[in-house]
Amino acid sequence: MMREELPEATYTPPLVGPGQTYSTITEKISSIVLSPHTPLEWFAVAGLAFTGVMMLFYSLAYLLVRGIGIWGVNIPIAWGFAIVNFVWWIGIGHAGTLISAILLLMHQAWRQSINRFAEAMTLFAVTCAGLYPLAHLGRPWFFYWLIPYPNTMDLWPQWRSPLVWDVFAISTYLTISFVFWYIGLIPDLATFRDRAQNRFVRLIYGILAMGWRGSARHWHHYETVFVLLAGLATPLVVSVHTVVSLDFTISILPGWHATIFPPYFVAGAIYSGFAMVLTLAIPLRKLYHLEDLITMRHIQNMAKLMLATGMIVAYSYVIEAFTAWYSGSNYEQFTFMNRLLGPYGWLYALLILTNLIVPQALWSARVRGKTLAILAVALSVNVGMWLERFIIVITSLHRDFLPSSWGMYYPTIWDISTFLGTIALFVMLFFIFIRLLPMISVFEMKQIIDKPEVRVE
Amino acid sequence: MLPKDDELNRRDFLSLMAASMALAGITGCKATPPEKIVPYVRPPEEVLPGVPLYFATAMPLSGYAMGLIVESREGRPIKAEGNPDHPASLGATDVFAQASLLTLYDPERAQTVTQTGQINTWDGFITDLRPKLERFRVNGEGLRILTESVTSPTFADLMKQVLAAYPGARWHQYEPVNRDNARAGARMTFGRYVDVQYRFEKADVIASLDSDFLTTEPGKLRYAREFARRRKTSPGGTTMNRLFVAESMPTITGAMADHRFPMRSSDVRSFLSGSILEALERSRGRGIVIAGESQPPEVHSLVHEMNQRLGNVGQTVFYSEPVEVNPVEQIQSLRELIEDMKGGRVETLISIGGNPVYNTPADLEFSTHADKVQLRVHHSLYYDETAALSHWHIPETYYLEGWGDARAYDGTASIIQPLINPLYQSKCSCELLSALLGDPTRSSYEIVQGYWKKQHAGADFDDFWTESVRKGVIPNSQVATLTTPALRATPPLQGRESVSSIELNFRPDPSIWDGRWANNAWLQELPKPLTKLVWDNAAILSPATATNLGVHNEDVIEIRNNGRSIECPALVLAGHADQAITIHLGYGHTRSGNIAKQKGFDAYSIRGADSPWTAAGVEVRKTGRRYPLVTTQQHFELEQRHQVQRATAAEFAKNPNFAHEAVHKPAPGETMYPPYANIDYAWGMTVDLSTCIGCNACVIACQAENNIPVVGKDQCANSREMHWLRIDTYMEGDARNPEVFFEPMLCQHCELAPCELVCPVEATSHSSEGINEMTYNRCVGTRYCSNNCPYKVRRFNFYEYAKWDVPQFRMLYNPDVTVRSRGVMEKCTYCVQRINRARITAKDEDRLIREGEVVTACQQVCPAEAIVFGNIADPNSAVSKLKAEPRNYAVLADLNTRPRTTYLAKLTNPNSE
Amino acid sequence: MPQIFHRSTNAISRFTIFGSLIVIVAVTLVWGGIIRAPYVTEQDVVRDQPVPFSHEHHVAGLGIDCRYCHTGVEKSPFAGVPPTQVCMNCHKQVWADSATLEPVRASFRDNRPIVWTRVNNVADFVYFDHSIHVHKGVGCETCHGRVDRMPLMWKAESLRMEWCLNCHRSPEKYLRPREEVFTMGWQPPIPQRELGLQLVRNYKVDPPQKLTNCSICHR
Repeated sequence: MMREELPEATYTPPLVGPGQTYSTITEKISSIVLSPHTPLEWFAVAGLAFTGVMMLFYSLAYLLVRGIGIWGVNIPIAWGFAIVNFVWWIGIGHAGTLISAILLLMHQAWRQSINRFAEAMTLFAVTCAGLYPLAHLGRPWFFYWLIPYPNTMDLWPQWRSPLVWDVFAISTYLTISFVFWYIGLIPDLATFRDRAQNRFVRLIYGILAMGWRGSARHWHHYETVFVLLAGLATPLVVSVHTVVSLDFTISILPGWHATIFPPYFVAGAIYSGFAMVLTLAIPLRKLYHLEDLITMRHIQNMAKLMLATGMIVAYSYVIEAFTAWYSGSNYEQFTFMNRLLGPYGWLYALLILTNLIVPQALWSARVRGKTLAILAVALSVNVGMWLERFIIVITSLHRDFLPSSWGMYYPTIWDISTFLGTIALFVMLFFIFIRLLPMISVFEMKQIIDKPEVRVE
Repeated sequence: MLPKDDELNRRDFLSLMAASMALAGITGCKATPPEKIVPYVRPPEEVLPGVPLYFATAMPLSGYAMGLIVESREGRPIKAEGNPDHPASLGATDVFAQASLLTLYDPERAQTVTQTGQINTWDGFITDLRPKLERFRVNGEGLRILTESVTSPTFADLMKQVLAAYPGARWHQYEPVNRDNARAGARMTFGRYVDVQYRFEKADVIASLDSDFLTTEPGKLRYAREFARRRKTSPGGTTMNRLFVAESMPTITGAMADHRFPMRSSDVRSFLSGSILEALERSRGRGIVIAGESQPPEVHSLVHEMNQRLGNVGQTVFYSEPVEVNPVEQIQSLRELIEDMKGGRVETLISIGGNPVYNTPADLEFSTHADKVQLRVHHSLYYDETAALSHWHIPETYYLEGWGDARAYDGTASIIQPLINPLYQSKCSCELLSALLGDPTRSSYEIVQGYWKKQHAGADFDDFWTESVRKGVIPNSQVATLTTPALRATPPLQGRESVSSIELNFRPDPSIWDGRWANNAWLQELPKPLTKLVWDNAAILSPATATNLGVHNEDVIEIRNNGRSIECPALVLAGHADQAITIHLGYGHTRSGNIAKQKGFDAYSIRGADSPWTAAGVEVRKTGRRYPLVTTQQHFELEQRHQVQRATAAEFAKNPNFAHEAVHKPAPGETMYPPYANIDYAWGMTVDLSTCIGCNACVIACQAENNIPVVGKDQCANSREMHWLRIDTYMEGDARNPEVFFEPMLCQHCELAPCELVCPVEATSHSSEGINEMTYNRCVGTRYCSNNCPYKVRRFNFYEYAKWDVPQFRMLYNPDVTVRSRGVMEKCTYCVQRINRARITAKDEDRLIREGEVVTACQQVCPAEAIVFGNIADPNSAVSKLKAEPRNYAVLADLNTRPRTTYLAKLTNPNSE
Repeated sequence: MPQIFHRSTNAISRFTIFGSLIVIVAVTLVWGGIIRAPYVTEQDVVRDQPVPFSHEHHVAGLGIDCRYCHTGVEKSPFAGVPPTQVCMNCHKQVWADSATLEPVRASFRDNRPIVWTRVNNVADFVYFDHSIHVHKGVGCETCHGRVDRMPLMWKAESLRMEWCLNCHRSPEKYLRPREEVFTMGWQPPIPQRELGLQLVRNYKVDPPQKLTNCSICHR
């Protein structure tokens, strides 16, 4: 194993393993789904996730009955885990669209084998994220008041509030991502329809395939739509997290009210997004023996992208410190120092470690050569990015302007159960997806299989 | 009043789930089932549904009356205000008067007559009592009546008759916060009891020897007003007074001092010296020396002498006949009673009011000797510790439920007029006495009116009566002030023996007094001045002493005082005297309601009859255990936020603009949003930090006016208290004796409000009169407004805090203010309901609202007149004039929020040399 | 390999695509209709009362002024529902022994209030004040409809917020001279708009910016 991988790092590994043909690829990918046999690991993980989802439902139900008070939030820290997790999940939701849309427009062939499940990941992450803004409302049953519609009160939302912009940003993002993902699936669904043995299964895939015959005309329309959608999705990658960052920057709170936030948040989002893709890809290719399709080349490219975006994030941290000093504002400086040395200082230290220091390991080719090492870094970044959001939300709130109202925030059991619950939901959805749908785009793999630059004999 | 935080069981959970789902389903859809309208059969005169009525009455506290005007809605008293015509109120009230409305509707008050815990009736009691009493008529020995301090003329008259009817009967008086030392002091000096009244408005120099006269004196409200009037100053205006305070436990009086000297209570006697004496000398006849009840008789005697020598008597200090009908040194009186109980000489003990089993000095062992008494009758509001030990318990009729009378600190008598029929099977004290006289059916009305008929016989009685009841005061009924009584030789002060060991102070609690308010959740959750402690009392000690003892906040320490000991958590308070511990009375109840029960620690259990206020040489030991104390404020430093602007009077005279130099104030143009147009009115407020004494009255007045819920200790522990108005307290300087600042903090009603633009549903918006409105029913609870509020004055209903389910509390709610439900934000509205009422009245009369027509709850209650509210669009309004003063500044002005609530910088007047 | 789907499914698929759009639109419209319908607002729904009191008879028939029973309407937020005594003032003599009036007499006899069913109700967080509306020339009829034609009471208007705002945003459309407030079936002598504008001026009715402050109705 090690011996195989060591040399790999020294040259550009191929995008497709040696000896793969049209038929083998189709066979490999579709068999995962179409074979009646399900690996035990699948049941193990999905089962665990399912219990977690039940816990999530219980937590949310209890929240509805007793009220937001079951969480640790208070005055001054009126936003807690809910918003931290929301931003974290939205961030993770970015890699998918980036890979599928932007890399497509840039003709990055290596995206082909990872875009499918990256997009799926995006959908599920955004779903988890979307849960929080709803659940954290004091009166969730009135969430629809944020949506503009003619009502008997003759009232409209308050357009100056970024929370209203959020509603649009996120719903649009979810919709476009879904459509993009689904359209991408159609040819593969057709393939499955045709390969399926069981009549019922064939019927299902048939309906989903929308009568795809793979005719030249189909392909022509298809390509156009696909590129158009990619064009449509690309700005979203930037817009969504920009709007999310505005939720903070619009405020007057030191630590929130910063012009650097939009680019900083987008970079962070992509950073965490790739971290999550890696976290999923590396175990998966092991579990389903996809080393030939998701090759070291993919892993390394993503690792490099992660490093790049990570450096942007690092830069933002520095700038935050600089502006705090340069602003000359007592409040800004205090907030920054309080992050470093205040009661939550140890979390800030942990953030710097996991989010800035650990990823630097990726500079070394040897590290990039070891999947396990990369996985470790990815996990560390996942943690780090969550901590970043915690620091931003909590430390800015807990000591703001008047010392008389300073306070502390401690999560409750319900905060934690809800968070773990959404992780479980995410995992469960993802595993259902890999069991029922092609996690790698069959036809796109075929497109690249005989491109010279990917074949390295 | 507390939200139930216990876990739901599965069944409730499911049903609640179903309910909430249903709720979510039907919102905005099918309307609720039709409401009913229940009109009167015969309309009571005056009552017009929807229009409030106001009645004058008076609240007795430790016997002394505070004149009130109580608002009644459709027959339900809902809010107390001060009676401007009453000398002890002048239109202001204290926290107790405000909170008394909650006690009126307290569902945990005793509701029926009980015999040894079994429900019984008044008639049952009478039939049981009568034969027992008959014996006393011939030979009275053995009948004892124990009351608290009494100023009520009617009660006194009845008592006289009782004592006449039962020759051998004896009347004892005891109350835990009594005036024994002052009495003894007067006896020493003048050979008789006298009361002392002060004219603070005439005093240039005030020296307080451990006297918290802004909190504990019966005339405190008047004193606070007069004192505050002499703290107000504009350049070239009235001269400020100068206050010297020597005290052990930091009090609000100490916080107002220009020179504060923290010292142990027993050292205070040696405090009058040097510069203070000079200052007093320099203003002969314009000074006041005042001693606290905690000081021994010799010190009071010394103070009398000083005031005479300084020629203050007759100028600022006045002596009068005692206001109490039968002034005694109460601990002595109690001692005699208990001695007789021990000796079996007491057959029947009737305790009217009070709670002797709980609050008598532990070393007198009242409860152990009580067993020797064959018949024990107790008359009180709650089924308390004493009730549990009595054969009969008679529920007491609250002052808002029955007729009575009482005198103010200056003797002015008031008729106590009820606003509602007794909610429970209760009796007034006078009805109880009347029963002893063999007339158990006589109503309090007949009794009280009967008495005053005797006093004011004649044809015009009816006019006299109606007028007295209407105005709330009985014309010229003050006690005679004495021409300076002859001084006896005052005993020389022996320099106190210096004890190195720790000294323990017992003090009445600023929130629940001697424990009689312990079941009042408003007061329990009222942050105590300086400590900000809620729901508990604690062993308060100075940082230095804490380090010596090696204790920190919340460490449980054992305090041992001559053989008895309690365990109590420590609370470190800067400015407390070293080598001393202060513990407040009134906590640690074992009975009388769930609010009172198991809260805090019972200081009475180590209180000694010989040294009720200051016990020398107590032993202190760390137990190693900890007990969570909850304070509503954790940080007391100013942190260069410039939120409190202050200067000395001298500095102010040199540089009147000092308040504007600290922070950069953005120019009017510096905003992206167009200015709001103000139509007719622009409401605004000023708070004068020079006069604010931090007495908390505004906090609780706001709570009463605006249906603000109580959340309980656990919720407070997570900073979820709901007070719309809080008294921010900051300390600066030497931890041994820091400078203390009080800053009432309420919604600033910013003209550029950060909260408004982040609300996604416009639940908080800007009115055309400049009010930052909060529309509860539109709020979805994103809580962003609170995050973006730099003053953090917004409060959120994290749970269903409002008590819909208790019928009594539903009677208490102010019908003009929405009761907020779970999941909505709330905050100060400038009492918009009062503004609206005034606006509608004005419009009905086709005029504009007049200056002074709208008074906010906090402004109305303030004894120091620190809060002024009005229309700043009118340059002649009081508030506009104040805002024009140089001292006027906005908190966090550099944020460009443009608050409508501004502050007048704090001025102090320390000795320049 | 045989086709899974028959050709006809093409039609179905097309239909579903466009159909779904139509459905979405339809549902929205229907819902909008439902929440404004009497089924929800209880507008025009007659309520049974313990005593079948007829405004038609008392107002149109006998010409009794509104204020005779609703005494608070000019001085108080509440118009007020008359105490039994008021009914008895007349019904001691008139119909003194009719069976329908027995509940009234019973109420007066044993001092038990008559429990009426509320017809015009607004949420508890809405603070409506009759006195000011009457004073500014809003006719009873404007909100309560032709009471003189109601044998039993019903709600004449939806009392939805949009309905309130309708007038608070442009009072001139509804105001009438003060002396006509209690008249039923009043017609403006001159076009309502002109008259309304005059009245807004004469009665110093606040401008819409103020009348639409949240705190005007919500506290």
